[in-house]
Amino acid sequence: MALLSKKDTALLTDPLADNNPITIQVLGICSALAITAELKASIVMAVSVMAVLAIGNVVISLLRNVIPSKIRIIVQLIVVAALVIIVDLVLKAFAYELSKTLSVFVGLIITNCIIMGRFEAFALGNKPWRSFLDGIGNAAGYGLILIIVGFFRELLGSGTLLGFKVLGDPIEKTGLYAIGYENNGFMLLSPMALIVVGIIIWIQRSRNTSLIEEN
Amino acid sequence: MSKRTDSNSYTIIFAVIMVLIVGSLLAFFASSLKPNIDENKRIEKQQNILYAMGINENDESSANFVSTDKAGADFKKYIKRQIVIQGDKISEDENAYLIDVKKQQAFAKEGKDRKLPLFIGEKDGVTFYVAPILGKGLWDAIWGYVSLDENMVVQGAYFDHKGETPGLGANIKQRFFMDDFIGEHLMTDAGVFKGVTVAKGNNDPKNENKTDYEVDAIAGATITGDGVSAMMKSDLKLYVPYFNSLKK
Repeated sequence: MALLSKKDTALLTDPLADNNPITIQVLGICSALAITAELKASIVMAVSVMAVLAIGNVVISLLRNVIPSKIRIIVQLIVVAALVIIVDLVLKAFAYELSKTLSVFVGLIITNCIIMGRFEAFALGNKPWRSFLDGIGNAAGYGLILIIVGFFRELLGSGTLLGFKVLGDPIEKTGLYAIGYENNGFMLLSPMALIVVGIIIWIQRSRNTSLIEEN
Repeated sequence: MSKRTDSNSYTIIFAVIMVLIVGSLLAFFASSLKPNIDENKRIEKQQNILYAMGINENDESSANFVSTDKAGADFKKYIKRQIVIQGDKISEDENAYLIDVKKQQAFAKEGKDRKLPLFIGEKDGVTFYVAPILGKGLWDAIWGYVSLDENMVVQGAYFDHKGETPGLGANIKQRFFMDDFIGEHLMTDAGVFKGVTVAKGNNDPKNENKTDYEVDAIAGATITGDGVSAMMKSDLKLYVPYFNSLKK
């Protein structure tokens, strides 16, 4: 028997495309705008969200039968905030350098609507293992979009990828810059992330027309 | 979901128990890890000061501190004196680097004399005067250490931030930004303090003019850049009397 049943595999792969949290569910847009000016930050955020969402989903799923429905949102918020703060404290004590890289993301992870969204929509009604897979899958779908957006924003905005000058040096006028290419400063600003996400949504829906809602 | 979890008493008891558990868990982690965290912060300050003096493990483009296990020994080796300037009084204090600049700025606001720490280091026969600065970025605090020579010409700078936007304001701690400050003059020849402004219209991308009191801004990080300009001016200006007294 395979490690994952067909339904379980769907939990992992659906969010990558046809049920993508950003382009279809429209969750996690705010952080997608905020931190995708460079590729490295996108990757760090993707990995962090994956860890928090997978663990948080399992915790919420374990508690699903005891959480009072009237205050479930507050309970979800406390669980994710406590998780993130504890991880941040442990990193500060034992991996200080890493914690400095992540510090900016801590607040962004807690308030990331993708996390609340998956707790509410999935973990509250499903068993821990399935919730874990759902967490990994959705975080991967989120991370995928983040990395695509980060790639284009850093490449076109700064002419670099992960800090490497892949297009040449804009000040010394080498590489592409020698023939008159210029970086587009617009790409560094948040609205351009929205436009890149919009283009991804456009491409996705034109390839798979069943995703288009009918009014 | 069973009916049991819908009753008011259950909800309240659940909330109380959850708050107690989560609260004590957080308190436990925070207090048991505090010594480690404080030690890390202390070493980081030493690394920052050494970095501003040019004692670091930089490679071609990235900024790297001396390693944490070497920081203590290097700090002793290179930092010859740590002085505290308070009004007209100058005293020595070997823990001056632990002075909380934020508290001192608050004292100054209340009209009290603030303590101004200054770290005097020596490397290869050259003397460095390293001063801490602290200001506001877009989202949260930004701070740094600037090393100067006797004429208040910048010899090195290290900036850091608590929560600036990654890829934009957060780039103040990148080499391409920090290195621009090296060689910039803070004082005019006539002895007027000008500071260094992070300017959009600098028109000097290769940073060849060191007496324009300007460095190139980072695109998309206007407010963070303004914060850097402001703290470069307000905090370093306080040291002018000390540097003037050196010349006498």
